[in-house]
Amino acid sequence: MSAAEEAQAAQSVRNGWLLSTPALVILTLFAVGPLLIVVVYSFLAPGQYGNVEWKLSLDGWRGILWTKDIFDDTYGLADANVTIFWRSIKLSILTTVLTFAVGFPTAWFIATRPAKSRALWLFLITIPFWTNLLIRTYAINEVIRNEGLLNTVLIKLGLISEPLRIIYTDTAVFIGMAYVYLPLMVLPLFAAIDRFDMRLLEAAYDLYASRMQVLRRVILPIVKPGIIAGSILVFVPSLGAYVTPRVLGGGKQMMIGNFIDLQFGQGRNWPLGAALSLTLLIIVTAALLIYVKYANRDVSNGH
Amino acid sequence: MAIKTFSVSTLPGFTATAVIVFVALYLPILTLVAYSFNASQSVAIWGGFSWDWYIKAWNNDAVKDATVRSLLIAVCAAVISTAVATMAALGTTRRKAFKGQTFIYVMINQPLMVPEIVTAVSLLILFGMVKQVTGIQGIGYVIFAHAAFCIPFAYLPIRARLEGMDLTLETAAADLYASPWQTFRHVTLPILLPGVIAGAMLAFVISLDDVVITEFTKSGGQDTLPTYMLGQMRRQLTPEINAISSMLLALTIVLLTAFFLLTRKND
Repeated sequence: MSAAEEAQAAQSVRNGWLLSTPALVILTLFAVGPLLIVVVYSFLAPGQYGNVEWKLSLDGWRGILWTKDIFDDTYGLADANVTIFWRSIKLSILTTVLTFAVGFPTAWFIATRPAKSRALWLFLITIPFWTNLLIRTYAINEVIRNEGLLNTVLIKLGLISEPLRIIYTDTAVFIGMAYVYLPLMVLPLFAAIDRFDMRLLEAAYDLYASRMQVLRRVILPIVKPGIIAGSILVFVPSLGAYVTPRVLGGGKQMMIGNFIDLQFGQGRNWPLGAALSLTLLIIVTAALLIYVKYANRDVSNGH
Repeated sequence: MAIKTFSVSTLPGFTATAVIVFVALYLPILTLVAYSFNASQSVAIWGGFSWDWYIKAWNNDAVKDATVRSLLIAVCAAVISTAVATMAALGTTRRKAFKGQTFIYVMINQPLMVPEIVTAVSLLILFGMVKQVTGIQGIGYVIFAHAAFCIPFAYLPIRARLEGMDLTLETAAADLYASPWQTFRHVTLPILLPGVIAGAMLAFVISLDDVVITEFTKSGGQDTLPTYMLGQMRRQLTPEINAISSMLLALTIVLLTAFFLLTRKND
C-alpha cells in the first residue's frame, strides 16, 4: 500500500468515527451511561425518603432473595421475592412455548401462500406488531374482564351463570403476554420457513417418511435458527414486562418489572431496585449471548 | 402436479391453527374499536352507534394536552434520532470494515437489548440528579430519552438503503469535479431519502407508542397520551379510552402503510 492510499484509508476510518460521534454521544448520555449509575446505586444504602444514602452497602444485592429477620438480624429467604421471580420466569417460559405452538403453524401458513397474498398476510401480522402495546393490552382486557366480551358471550349462551374470573390473575397476564408478543415469534419463524426449500418435503415423502418424521427430521432442523430467534425475541421482553402485568395483573400479580417499579415508589428502596434491574439485565444478556452463540454455530455449520 | 400433492396444507391442523390465530389477533382490537362507538357505557349492552366518546375525548383538555405533548416529543425525537442515525449509517457503511465498527453497532443497538424498565429506572436516577444540581425542568429530558431509544429504529432502514446503493454514481460525480458536499447533496441524499423518511417514520411511531420510559422520565403534568391512558386504566373505564385508542390505532396504520409503500419502491 502506498503512503497516499494509507493516508486515504486512515482518513476513511476517521470519517467513519466522526460521522458516528453524534449518535454515540446521545446513546452514551441517555442509554449506556445511566446504566453505570445504576451499578453504583446498587451498592449504596437506601435513603429514608427514597433515593440513597452515600455509604457502601451490600443490602441491595442481598435483598434480591434474602430478607433480614427483624428480631435476630439473621438472613432468611424472602418468600415474596422468590414468588415474583418464579412467576416471571414461569410466565415467560409459558408465553414462549404457547407463542411457538401457535406461531409455527401460522408462520408456515403465511410462507406457503402464493407470492401475491403472502405480502398481505404478513402485513396482517405486522400491524399488531407496530400497534401500541398498551392498546393491545387494553384490547385483551376488553375481552377477558368480568363484564368483557368473553363472559358476556358465555353467559348469553347459557354456558356459565357466573363470569369467569380471569382478570387480575396469572392466567390473565399469561394470555396478555402471549397476545402482545405473538408477532415477535411469527416474524422470525416466517423468515426461516420462507427460505426453506419445499422440494425437500417431496424428497422426504418419496422416501416414505411419515408426516411426523418429516416435521421432526427435515423441517425443524432447518428452521431452527428462526425458532431460536423467535424464542429469544419473546422470552426477553416477557421477562422484563411491565405494562401487561400492571394492567392485567392489577398490581397484585407482580412480575420483576413491577417489583423494580415498586422499589422506586412505595418501597423506597432504590438500591434494591437498582440491584433487581441489574439482575434482570444479566439474565437478558445471558439469553442473548446464548442466542449469538447458537446463531453463529448454525451459520458456520451451514457453509 | 407433484408439488401440489405434497403441498404444506398436508401438515394436519396448520391452516386451522393459523386461521384461529388471525381471528384471535384481530378480535380484541376490533372489539375495542367497536365499543368506542357504543352509546352505552357498559360493554355488556350495545346501546346503538354514537360518536359521543370521540366528542368527549376531543373536548377533554387533559387528552388534548397529552396529544399535543405526545406529537411534540415524537417529532423532536424522530428528527434528532434520524439526523444522528443518518450520519452514523453513512459512517458505518460503504467503507472498509474498520476496528471499532462492532463497538459502534453494539452501541447503536443497545436500546434493543436492554429491557425498557431497566433503561427507565436508570434515566429516573440520572434525571433526578441532574434536576437537583441544575434545577432545569422541562420536556427536554423526555425528548432526549426518546431520541436515544429511537436511534436503532431510524438507523436500520437507512443502513439497508445505503448498503443497496451503487457506489459508482458517487465516483462518477467526483470524476465530474463535484465537491464532496455537492456529491452528497445532489447524488447521495436524493437516493438515500426514502430510507431516511422510512427511518424517521419508524422512530416517530416508536416514540409515540412508548409507555415505560416516558412514565419514569416525565415530571408531574407531563403526561403523554399513553401515560395518560395508563393512569386512567386504574380507574373505572369508560369507552373514552376506546375512542382515544382507536384514533391512535388509525394513525399507526396510516403511517405503517406509508412506510411499506416507501420501502417497497426500493426493489
